[in-house]
Order: sequence, then structure tokens, then C-alpha cells
Amino acid sequence: MEMMIEVQDLTKYYGANLAVSRLNFQVAPGEIVGFLGPNGAGKTTTLKILAGFLAPSSGVARINGYDCVSQSLKARESLGYLPESVSLYPDLTVTQFLQFAARAKGVAAREEKAEIERVISACGLEEVRQTLIAAISKGFRQRLGLAQALLKWPPLLILDEPTLGLDPSQIVEIRTLIKELAGTHTVILSTHILPEVSQVCQRVIIINRGQIVASDTVENLSREMGHGSRSVLTVRGPEPQVAAALEKVPGVTRVVSQGAGAYLVEAGNGLDLRPELARVVVEKGWELLELKAQEFTLEEVFLNLVTEEES
Amino acid sequence: MRNISGCLALLRKELTVYFATPIFYITGFFFLLLAGYFFYTNVLYYNLISFQAAQQAAQNPQLAGQLNAQMMVFRPLFGVLAIVLLFLVPLLTMRLLAEEKRSGTGELLFTYPLTDWGVILGKFLAALLIYLILLAFTVSYALVFAFVTRLDWGSVGSGYLGLVLLGGAGLALGLFASSLTENQIVAGVVGFGLLLFFWVLGWLQELGAGLGGVFQALSLMEHYDSFGRGVIDTRDLVYYLSFIYFFLFLTKRQLESRRWRA
Repeated sequence: MEMMIEVQDLTKYYGANLAVSRLNFQVAPGEIVGFLGPNGAGKTTTLKILAGFLAPSSGVARINGYDCVSQSLKARESLGYLPESVSLYPDLTVTQFLQFAARAKGVAAREEKAEIERVISACGLEEVRQTLIAAISKGFRQRLGLAQALLKWPPLLILDEPTLGLDPSQIVEIRTLIKELAGTHTVILSTHILPEVSQVCQRVIIINRGQIVASDTVENLSREMGHGSRSVLTVRGPEPQVAAALEKVPGVTRVVSQGAGAYLVEAGNGLDLRPELARVVVEKGWELLELKAQEFTLEEVFLNLVTEEES
Repeated sequence: MRNISGCLALLRKELTVYFATPIFYITGFFFLLLAGYFFYTNVLYYNLISFQAAQQAAQNPQLAGQLNAQMMVFRPLFGVLAIVLLFLVPLLTMRLLAEEKRSGTGELLFTYPLTDWGVILGKFLAALLIYLILLAFTVSYALVFAFVTRLDWGSVGSGYLGLVLLGGAGLALGLFASSLTENQIVAGVVGFGLLLFFWVLGWLQELGAGLGGVFQALSLMEHYDSFGRGVIDTRDLVYYLSFIYFFLFLTKRQLESRRWRA
């Protein structure tokens, strides 16, 4: 299968500063991939190279089979790009800007009107269509940025922090919109809002200091990168004794009392100690009120990976 | 085909921005104020000389015959308009590329499937069109004059052709200046400085400097004079067209290098 994005040994220096170092990844058509990393990790640089705005210092980036440098025009025809903190011409109205973007992207004259209407309604811009961009709110600007990216149905959407500056209800709308694009569009979106990734993306690429530190589905990442398994149980019984008894269970590495009879039990990788824990509690004659396995959140995986790198 | 439609898209956008911002109106206001003032003073002077010629017709019969509107009104007018334009042209171009860089809108523009030539020509032609609109207002002077006297339209037309070519050269140079920086003021100053330099380059010849002839051949002003006299010389046409192409080409190089330097 032809990949929508192919990145091989991509490296970018800004002067003497290494921004992206020998990056390798692929994105299949129809995938929604989250690009995750702390500020300054190289996310935006990578996306700018993919969008054809910057040239890499070395390595290859291909979009839809076209090289981003030598076949830049073809590659750019295949993508819609929403830059980080998007800047739009303040002296144009929303409709004037979309007209310009549609023509620049080569939308045929007879389809122009319908195409602009489509993105206006998809992004909820109806009420500001005749307003100057200088006068619309940040949320509307972000949506207009997304609207221009959607013009002409590009097979690939590159979204750099698409929900930046939006209020909570707009964030939900934009996320829904992005999810609806799955299948028909390939989407690569960068963010440092972690819940966004678990809600929207099928796959996550975590990048730190210009290098990929993990690339997998959210579930696999939290299973594999979580450093062990965790259970939470609530027990009615004397706290010190309960904690001591739980610690004696083979495989348990740590017990944290969380108050009100709740305990967090951590164990080695791949171990499910729930049956053992239940038995111990019942044997001691205490009452077991709740017992469940707890997955590692993406935040924890992310922090683990990033801090590991740094140490 | 993509090149042309992309170029037209940008041309329309730039025109919309010109008409939506004060720079066009302010530049236009002062250009027409000055052009009108010079036209008026030229006509007054022509009037004065004509009266004197009529009074002295008995003593100096040749004088009246030498007086004509082209030589007394339009040729000096074209000369002085060229100087007014020297000041105004950098104002029309300084925003074009510098502002795209400063505000970050270039990030979208340069990721649209437009060629660099499409972008450059779109912006250049927009500025040229604005310039032509300003110039078109001054045609009314010739029309007014044609009402009261016989006018040699050929040499007036040649003068306008000179102004269009000179303006085109200034706009190409200004666009290049705008591609060098993200600061509009810097772009304006660099554009004005370069334009003035190419203007006065011909003076070296008069001062007898070595290679003076070469500098004279490169001077913007040197090639402009003959248009005002009603003479269209191929050398002058080639000079202005090459000048325009050269600076548009430098602008293209500048845009290309942006991707690598960043």
C-alpha cells in the first residue's frame, strides 16, 4: 500500500541547532495520527517540512508519493495545512479570504462557491462570513484556518495545534470534525493536550528532542510503557495492617494508601494480581468494597518517556 | 495553467488589500495633488511665455513658432512626475513580501500549490495595476488640453510609455527590497535607496569618472529622457524590460533561499 506520509532520516538544523534528528515514520492513508511532544521537541519543524514551508537539511519526506522538496508543487497539492497560531490577512473578509485560498489551491471556478459554502458550514463560520478577519475572535480565526485547510478535499491534513485558543465547546466541535474526517482524509495533528490525542487519534508518535521515542496506539502505549500494572482497591479494615498484608503479596512492588480505605497497588509488568489481592483481604476477614485494574494514562506514559530521555 | 490561475488569485487578493488599506488612497492623494500642481504651474508658465511671444511678435517672429504644448507643458511634466514617482513607488511595494513574513501569513501562502513565479508576478502585476490607475488619472490633463489646443498624442503617449516602464522598473526593484526583510520600513528605505542610486548613476559620466559610459548605460534616468521627447528607442525598451526581469529574478532567488535558511 502506498503510504500517505513517508519520512526517512529527516534532519533539520537551524544554524548550528539540531531541531529534528534522523526522524523515521510512516502514516497510512485514512489514519489519524497524533504528533506529541514537549515544546521545542521538533513537532512544528517536522510539520513545516511536510507542508513544504521548510526544506530539510538532509533526509527525505514524501507526501502521497511526491517528494516534499523536488516535487514540492505536487506534494503541496495533496495537503491542507493549518499552521501553529495561524495568521490570516486581516484586511480581507472571511469570504474574500476563502475565495483567495480556493483559487490559489486551484478549485475550479464553477465549484468555487459550493466549495466555500461547504467549508463555511463544516467549520461553523456562517455568522462571520462578511466580517473582516481583523474583527473576528481567535476561535473563529482558528476555525477559518481549518476551513481553508479543508478546501478542495486534500487527501492529507496537517494540523499544528488545531484546538489552540478555542473555548471548551469549540474544542469539542473541532475534535468531532477531525474524527469525522477519518477514512476520507489522512490527518496528522500535533498537540500537547494529551486527552485530545486519546480522544481523536488512532496512533500516537511521541517525539522528544528531535527524535521519536514511541510510536503506537494509545492502548498499546499505556500497556507497554506504563512500567508495570496497577490495581486500585477499597478495603474496610485497619489501615496499617491492610497495607502491610498487601505488600506481602508476591509481585507487589509498592502500596500507596490513598485514604478512606483506598489503596493503589503497583506490580511488575504484565502481572494481574487482582485474584491474589482479593484472597488476602477476604482471608484476613476484612471487607473488600472495590477492586479494579487501573490503566496508565497517556500523561503518565508521556512523562515517563520524556523524563527517561532526559535522565 | 496552474501558474496563471494561481497568479491571478494572488493578483485579486493583493488588489483587494490595496483598496482596503489606506496606503493606496494616501499615495494616490499626494501623487495627484503634486501632479496637478505641476501641471497647473506648467500651464501658467506656458501662458505667460505665449503672451510675451505675442507681444514681441514684431521683434522676434520665430519665438511664437517654437512654442508648443508638448515642449512647454508635457515634457517638463513627465520629468517632474518621474521624480514624484521615485518617492511613491517604494511605498506601494514595501508591504508586499515583508508583511507576509512579519505577520506569518507567508506560511500559508508558501504552502499553497503556487509556484514562486506565480507569487512574484501576482504581486508585481497588482502593484503595477495600482500604479497604472494612479497614472490614468493624469491622462485627464492631456484631455483637457486637447480641448483647447491641438495636442501631439504620439509624443504624449510615448511619455506615458516611459512613465509606465520607469514605474515598472521601480516596482520590480521595490518588490525585491520587500523580499529582503520582514520590516516594511526597512523595505521602503532599501527600495528608495536603490532606486535613487540607479537614478543618479548617470552623473558619473558627466563628472568624467572612469567607466562613466557603463554607469550611464545602467542609469534609470538616462533611458527615460528620450520618451519625454517623443522618441521610442529599442535600447531603452530593452533596458527597462531587462531591469524588471532582473529584479523579479533576484526576488525569486530570495524566495527560494528562504526555504533553506529559515
